[in-house]
Amino acid sequence: MNGTGQQPELSSVVSAKGLDLTFQTNDGPVHALKDVNLEINKGDFVSFIGPSGCGKTTFLRCIAALETPTGGSLTVNGMTPDEARRKRAYGYVFQAAGLYPWRTIAKNIKLPLEIMGYSRQEQDERVRNVLELVDLAGFGGKFPWQLSGGMQQRASIARALAFDADILLMDEPFGALDEIVRDHLNEQLLALWARTGKTIGFVTHSIPEAVYLSTRIVVMSPRPGRITDVIESPLPKERPLDIRDSAEFIEVAHRVREGLRAGHADE
Amino acid sequence: MTLVAFALVLWGFGWWLNTRLAEGPRSGTRAIRLAIPLIFGATILVVWELVVRGLEVPLVILPAPSLIAARVAGSLPILWADFVQTFVKGALSGYLIGCGAAFLMAVAVDRSEFLRLGLLPVGNFVAALPIVGTAPILVMWFGFDWQSKAAVVVVMVFFPMLVNTVAGLRETTAMQRDLMETYAASYWQSFFKLRLPAAMPFIFNGLKISTTLALIGAIVAEFFGSPTLGMGFRISTSVGQLALDMVWAEIVVAALAGTLFYGLVALIEHHVTFWHPSQRR
Amino acid sequence: MRQMLAVLTVVATLIGLWYLACIPMNMQGVLVEAERAGAEVSPPDAAVRREMGGVSLALRNGFAVPATWAQERPRLPAPHQVAVELWDTTVMKKITSKRSLVYHGWVTLSATLLGFGIGTVLGVLLAVGIVHSRVMDMSVMPWAIVSQTIPIIALAPMIIVVLYSVGVQGIIPKAVISAYLSFFPVVVGMVKGLRSPDAMQLDLLRTYSASKGETFWKLRLPASMPYLFASLKIGIAASLVGAIVGELPTGAVSGLGARLLAGSYYGQTVQIWSALFGAAILAACLVGLLGLIEKTVLKRMGMA
Repeated sequence: MNGTGQQPELSSVVSAKGLDLTFQTNDGPVHALKDVNLEINKGDFVSFIGPSGCGKTTFLRCIAALETPTGGSLTVNGMTPDEARRKRAYGYVFQAAGLYPWRTIAKNIKLPLEIMGYSRQEQDERVRNVLELVDLAGFGGKFPWQLSGGMQQRASIARALAFDADILLMDEPFGALDEIVRDHLNEQLLALWARTGKTIGFVTHSIPEAVYLSTRIVVMSPRPGRITDVIESPLPKERPLDIRDSAEFIEVAHRVREGLRAGHADE
Repeated sequence: MTLVAFALVLWGFGWWLNTRLAEGPRSGTRAIRLAIPLIFGATILVVWELVVRGLEVPLVILPAPSLIAARVAGSLPILWADFVQTFVKGALSGYLIGCGAAFLMAVAVDRSEFLRLGLLPVGNFVAALPIVGTAPILVMWFGFDWQSKAAVVVVMVFFPMLVNTVAGLRETTAMQRDLMETYAASYWQSFFKLRLPAAMPFIFNGLKISTTLALIGAIVAEFFGSPTLGMGFRISTSVGQLALDMVWAEIVVAALAGTLFYGLVALIEHHVTFWHPSQRR
Repeated sequence: MRQMLAVLTVVATLIGLWYLACIPMNMQGVLVEAERAGAEVSPPDAAVRREMGGVSLALRNGFAVPATWAQERPRLPAPHQVAVELWDTTVMKKITSKRSLVYHGWVTLSATLLGFGIGTVLGVLLAVGIVHSRVMDMSVMPWAIVSQTIPIIALAPMIIVVLYSVGVQGIIPKAVISAYLSFFPVVVGMVKGLRSPDAMQLDLLRTYSASKGETFWKLRLPASMPYLFASLKIGIAASLVGAIVGELPTGAVSGLGARLLAGSYYGQTVQIWSALFGAAILAACLVGLLGLIEKTVLKRMGMA
């Protein structure tokens, strides 16, 4: 899984070439990823969409070095994913907030900072900043179980933002939330992305969410998990919620749906 | 006979009172929740007293509560010395050593998947065995004094504590472990920041089970030989002398000690694992 | 498969450690015997030896190591000695013989089972009462919970003597101890189990306007089974301990507890160890049997 040695372009953050991953299970081998080629550039907001089993989460986990590919090459910031992990190159946001119930919100956000050895003063400062960033100022002293699901998820995003990772990997972060909360968080996430200029990889199974958020939409399909289409979004960077009623938006959503259907028809 | 009749009436009255309280409008309040078992307990004590007096039950069968209370009040120095010998020296030191050793063992085992896989069933098996039976052997090895009692306690609490701690250290979700992985956290970082706090409810479960076991071990071990001191010793000799009021006095002390010990551990648990759903109010 | 291997490894390691422990534990005694038999022992002065640790003695008297596993009355008998004694006193002796461990085991087991049966029945009945009566729940339940934290086994000697003084002896006093030791865990576990159906399941039966009895038989009782079996396993282990302890104070002549006590009086360590293992095997069989019944019952009910 090492890089091929060649230096990727300066703006390329994640570069996958011919990536393969096969899991050995009791029911025989499962081809989770097959020949995945993808470049993610600095500042991109890339969504991965597809039915379950298409390998979108697996691909994200490969980038995070939580899975090890069985073939092809994958580099993150020009390093192997594992080196990038040790350099703390990315923050990862899971499907559930996964906050530690025995820590307050502020202490939860401090968790990565403690592990990475930031000074106490810097920890406090960063916690204050990211809490403001996700609109949770004043909630630092609360325990996770005292907050709503949406607030918990925002806290977990703050936790991923607290250290200076320039890549944010998000695995269906809003999947368990209701539609209204989700809209609100999507809007906030875009604002946050505009302000911080981070590169974001975002797994979802909602077409409107993917289209609304992304600069590029990667459509994937299962058995074996592979990329069937990569759609560049023509939408402007500035996106109010009602852009979802525009003709352009509906056009892109239509293309995504077509892509998903085509992947399905292949079987 | 009038006393017995009176006891029956009193029993009926206590039950009636509790029924009124339990089905009354304020039955959910804290005061009532506390009052009902206390009234029940008090009723039993009074009925016991009246029946023993009314039927003139001999002391060698069942002493009246007033007699037991008088015995407790009159023998405080003896009871205290027995308590120190059995509880402080025997049970408590064994409890600390046993639980501490089991905890360290669990931490060591936790690093090896293979060891954990092998030790957990063995530990569960041993935890269900009548370990008090080792008392005669340990008394033979460590002598009659408190050291052998502490040894019995160590053996008794070790396995329940080990099994609970090992299970607790596994009590993290895949997501929590992945999170630590993305931070490239070291083994000990993820141990102290994730696995140990997550294991606390299990560890305290082991600690609570062990409080009772410790007291049982220390008392029963004294049945196999002890210096002329200790709660188990006093119970077995007083039984022999048919001084049942003394036996009951020791049982009162044992009950108090057991409840307070357990309560203390539960109190610490409440402060440490306040975040756990079972502890939230 | 891997689990089996792991368990076997752990057990083998424990037995290995046991053999190793025998060396320093028994070295003193072995050297005394060896000296008496005329062997060269180092150091030759018995008083000096008494001051030395078992390990350093073993290092200086390597020849004596095998003897530490074959003493007549060792401080720590070797595993095979215990196994041989177990074999001799179970398979090789007639069951009716006073020296048969099966006989002693049966004496203890019968008291255990009788007490366990009584304790379980009473415990389940009280639990049913507690679940259906608010007064009983609020009066009795706190005491049942408190009883779990106190060493009620301390009552055992008194019960034996009191029942003896009113003319009851034999199996009954031990069974009484077994009964009350298994009673409280069963009450607490059964109450938990009978309360385990959630509000939705209870509401469903209410929409059918089911009676209290129907709710009990069709929902509460089946739902309580996993909890009941969990507490039965705790209860039977406690019952066995109760029966064994019940044999101590009167100096009973039969039963596993009596074997333990007699062994400790006469320094018959091998006998103590084999009685201990006999008790352990008995406990394991009882808990294992309950586990088997649990599996079958829960499978029949579609819960496992």
